[in-house]
Amino acid sequence: MGEIKFMKGNEALAEAAIRSGLQGYFGYPITPQSEVVEYLAMQEPNHNYVLIQAESEVASVNMVYGAAAAGARVMTTTSSPGFSLMQEGVSYIACAELPCVFANIVRGGPGLGTIQASQGDYFQAVKGGGHGDYHLIVLAPNSVQEMVDHCRLAFELADKYRNPVMLLSDGSIGQMMEKVVLPEPIPYKPDKPWATTGKTPDRKRNIITSLYIQSEDMEKKNQTIQAKYQEITKNEIRYEKYRVDDAEIIISAFGLTSRICKKVVDLAREEGIKMGLFRPITVWPFPTDQFAEFAAQDRVKFFLSAEMNAGQMVEDIRLSVNGKKPVYFYGRQGGIVPTPEEILNAAKGHLK
Amino acid sequence: MKEGYEVVYKRPKTLLDKRMHYCPGCFHATIHKLLMEIVEEMGIQEKTVGVCPVGCSVFAYDYMDIDMQEAAHGRAAAVATAIKRMLPDRYVFSYQGDGDLAAIGTAETIHACNRGEKFTFIFINNGIYGMTGGQMAPTTLEGQKTTTSPYGRNVQKLGMPLKMAEMVSQLAGVAYAERVSCNTPANTRKAKKALKKAFEIQGKGLGTTFIEVASNCPSGWKCTPVESLDWLKNKVYPYFPLGVFKDVPAVKEEV
Ligand SMILES: Cc1ncc(C[n+]2csc(CCOP(=O)(O)OP(=O)(O)O)c2C)c(N)n1
Ligand code: SF4
Ligand SMILES: [Mg+2]
Repeated sequence: MGEIKFMKGNEALAEAAIRSGLQGYFGYPITPQSEVVEYLAMQEPNHNYVLIQAESEVASVNMVYGAAAAGARVMTTTSSPGFSLMQEGVSYIACAELPCVFANIVRGGPGLGTIQASQGDYFQAVKGGGHGDYHLIVLAPNSVQEMVDHCRLAFELADKYRNPVMLLSDGSIGQMMEKVVLPEPIPYKPDKPWATTGKTPDRKRNIITSLYIQSEDMEKKNQTIQAKYQEITKNEIRYEKYRVDDAEIIISAFGLTSRICKKVVDLAREEGIKMGLFRPITVWPFPTDQFAEFAAQDRVKFFLSAEMNAGQMVEDIRLSVNGKKPVYFYGRQGGIVPTPEEILNAAKGHLK
Repeated sequence: MKEGYEVVYKRPKTLLDKRMHYCPGCFHATIHKLLMEIVEEMGIQEKTVGVCPVGCSVFAYDYMDIDMQEAAHGRAAAVATAIKRMLPDRYVFSYQGDGDLAAIGTAETIHACNRGEKFTFIFINNGIYGMTGGQMAPTTLEGQKTTTSPYGRNVQKLGMPLKMAEMVSQLAGVAYAERVSCNTPANTRKAKKALKKAFEIQGKGLGTTFIEVASNCPSGWKCTPVESLDWLKNKVYPYFPLGVFKDVPAVKEEV
């Protein structure tokens, strides 16, 4: 059993990164995420990682690019406006197939928005965000413990697929304090023969690029990464089910709202309403087949997606359900966290 | 080798035997060769990592037989910073155009220099955006015509061309800053010396090294290669003087 601590989500994420063999962190302060870089700055003398507070998120994402391409285990964290600023770099990283970890501690937008928690960056996270056809693997933690667990998993998946991985968290999870079990530290010995570490006589030069000026080459590159995305979709879909076995209403939520929705399910059950929660843990790849399976069951009457945005994941649920059952939405925005009661009322409104 | 002959000039092994895409007379090709000669002479092929951002030289990795990273437009300094920090015993250089280093990437340039990042900037200042077809650069001279300054650069509206070597030499992190050119064999030799010195200072870990090349772009300038040399001499060097702007190791040796 690992060490038990009482920690803030952001600090737990930073500690988990250190224990996962972090070699480089590059970031820029932004609320509600700054504790990550602050924690790493405080711990720096005790460890060997490189830490740079960059001049901007544009610089930090490109530092991540350079360090990842040099073979290091690297991470950056930010919050919504900062992740928007990084998008060109994220697209380059996806095309150059560089393993690295991002965390977006999402705040309310659009614009400068608000510093309170939101899930308004779902589209940006799962549909690409930057230019071109690419995907990050996106994990949506719903507790401080999962900030830790998903951090380790994110580094592993990044290396396994040579793909950037993102933790889509939010300001509440980043700021809240909970009990966490920290994993044992692991030493990290990268096995990355493709990395630009200096050309030795036994190999050809390594080139990290996202430039394919011939159309045929660019199409081939796209096909390669698309095939990889299919492989990831086959292997890495993760989700959690709660009281769904006899459920007539499938309520769905990711991240913070999924915790609230557990309570919604319990309240509904107390009233004799057969409700269950289906929570995507990977929001990309999305558990499309699992939604389709629910939709195929006669007893399931409808779906309801509860989100802290104007209705984003609900679109993926509708695509999965493909018109077979109604898919409703309930959301709050601007940094407001919905209560279990209001979500339950919204669901009850759809009961005939 | 025929008897009585000796090799006085050859392609360094670190420069791949490939036909370059650069326009005839372009200094990009010359600087590539100088750079690879230095890597060969210093015996640091195994320890060198280059960064070539978007610009005419984005394909530099096609010609240099070393590990290289392409970078987004303007971000070479951030990328090189991270490589050097992760691999501090390697020789790292960025190879950037003026649009890259002095317009879109100014922040990264200034901050890398200010932090004293221990890599070498190779700054190809040709006063124009070569790759995208000859638009105005932050270093385009007053009155100089480009496709986006068809009546000549109006400095009232657009400001004066940025003197980067002079600017960065003001920053404490910079150990060496020099502006060189390749218009004559003598200047080309000086350029090589400057590049080598920068690499040696990098090897000693003394700070940022910054070599600006007052370069040419016959295609963008819409002139012949020979005419481009006249333009350099008559217009460019008077505004962008060649020479050393900062030499911290030399200062240290004096005291
Ligand atoms: C974000 C972004 N903006 C614009 C471009 C288009 N672009 C490519 S190269 C370039 C300018 C290159 O000029 P310079 O850096 O001076 O290099 P040169 O080609 O003159 O050597 C521009 C504007 C781009 N690739 N990316
Ligand atoms: S466009 Fe200009 S900078 Fe680019 S290769 Fe041609 S001459 Fe050189
Ligand atoms: Mg230029």
